[in-house]
Amino acid sequence: MKNIPIEKIAAATPETVAQRIRGLSDRSIAWIFVAPTIFLLLAINIFPLIWTIWLSFTNSRVNRPNRDVEWVGLRNYERILSDSDIWNTMQATAHFLIWTIVLQVLIGFFLAFLINKKFRGNDLWTTIIVFPMMLSPAVVGNFWTFLYQPQIGLFNYVIAFFTGVDPASFSMIGDVNLAPWAIVIADTWMWTPFVMLICLAGLRSIPNSIYEAAECDRASKWRQFWTITIPMVLPFLMLAVLFRGIENFKMFDLVVQLTGGGPGNTTTLTSIDLKREAFEKWRTGYSSAYAVILFVTVFGLASIYVKALNKVKER
Amino acid sequence: MSDFINGLLRLRRGPWEMVASALIALGVVMLMQPFAITLYTYSFITTLTGTVMFIVVSHFPE
Repeated sequence: MKNIPIEKIAAATPETVAQRIRGLSDRSIAWIFVAPTIFLLLAINIFPLIWTIWLSFTNSRVNRPNRDVEWVGLRNYERILSDSDIWNTMQATAHFLIWTIVLQVLIGFFLAFLINKKFRGNDLWTTIIVFPMMLSPAVVGNFWTFLYQPQIGLFNYVIAFFTGVDPASFSMIGDVNLAPWAIVIADTWMWTPFVMLICLAGLRSIPNSIYEAAECDRASKWRQFWTITIPMVLPFLMLAVLFRGIENFKMFDLVVQLTGGGPGNTTTLTSIDLKREAFEKWRTGYSSAYAVILFVTVFGLASIYVKALNKVKER
Repeated sequence: MSDFINGLLRLRRGPWEMVASALIALGVVMLMQPFAITLYTYSFITTLTGTVMFIVVSHFPE
């Protein structure tokens, strides 16, 4: 094959095929390469989205395929947006979202700041800290259930050691007031390392020369932190908040494993409620409207967030 | 302030994006606040208006 001149290969190409290829412009060839990706994108993302929007205006129930699907207009949206149970679910999600992001960013940044210093065993500690995020959420949910056990749980004994209360006197998962915090603690434990890694990347991207210049100008460590470290790590921090915000808005597995949405509905997040409406009550049209509401909320938030991120990067 | 109003009148991207972002943020706060169910009821239409406006105005000139 190596010795055959290219003209000979070209001559061997059937005339009809050669004519067809010769007739294609660069643009057409580019489209041929891009088309499979566009087709997959349409089939996997765009079509289900349009289908869900259409279903949200109907009374469809997928467990009754023989029933006629009727157009109900905005009735599903009216029901959802006047349902106090769903309103409570939104508040539970807001509590989970706000506290996990605040704690993960604060602890993650603090850990990154410590790990960024040069000390013995630095790599070992990084590996140990990163370990929780390598685990499956189902596994984390399962062992935090054991940790929260009032009789044998280590968490209760640690709290009892520091506060002096009886370890069996409170149940993190069973108490209406404590259960929302139980899921916040477990998620923070699991995902803080992720925020730490992003912050660490940000800290390591700051050139030492900037700190050296600040030292020459006699800037204090505190001033260096607020005028160099924080502004330069800010885009990374915002990226971490974006990722964690979107991920936690659709949090499902960890919470289902840990509390199952209980006690009552105190830890029922929107994704858990949506799954119950769609696949336990089989209200497909209703749950589609629910999904559209959540989609628009996340899409809107992500839009303004990306805009803010771009502005920070431009600075 | 007058720059902002001028930008709105001349259909410039910056001020209109700011209005759209404010609407989205307001909608999300209304959706998740624990004080009044009426605010919750009108949260979706607020967020949707903001989001659609954001998509439209992001094509306006700088």
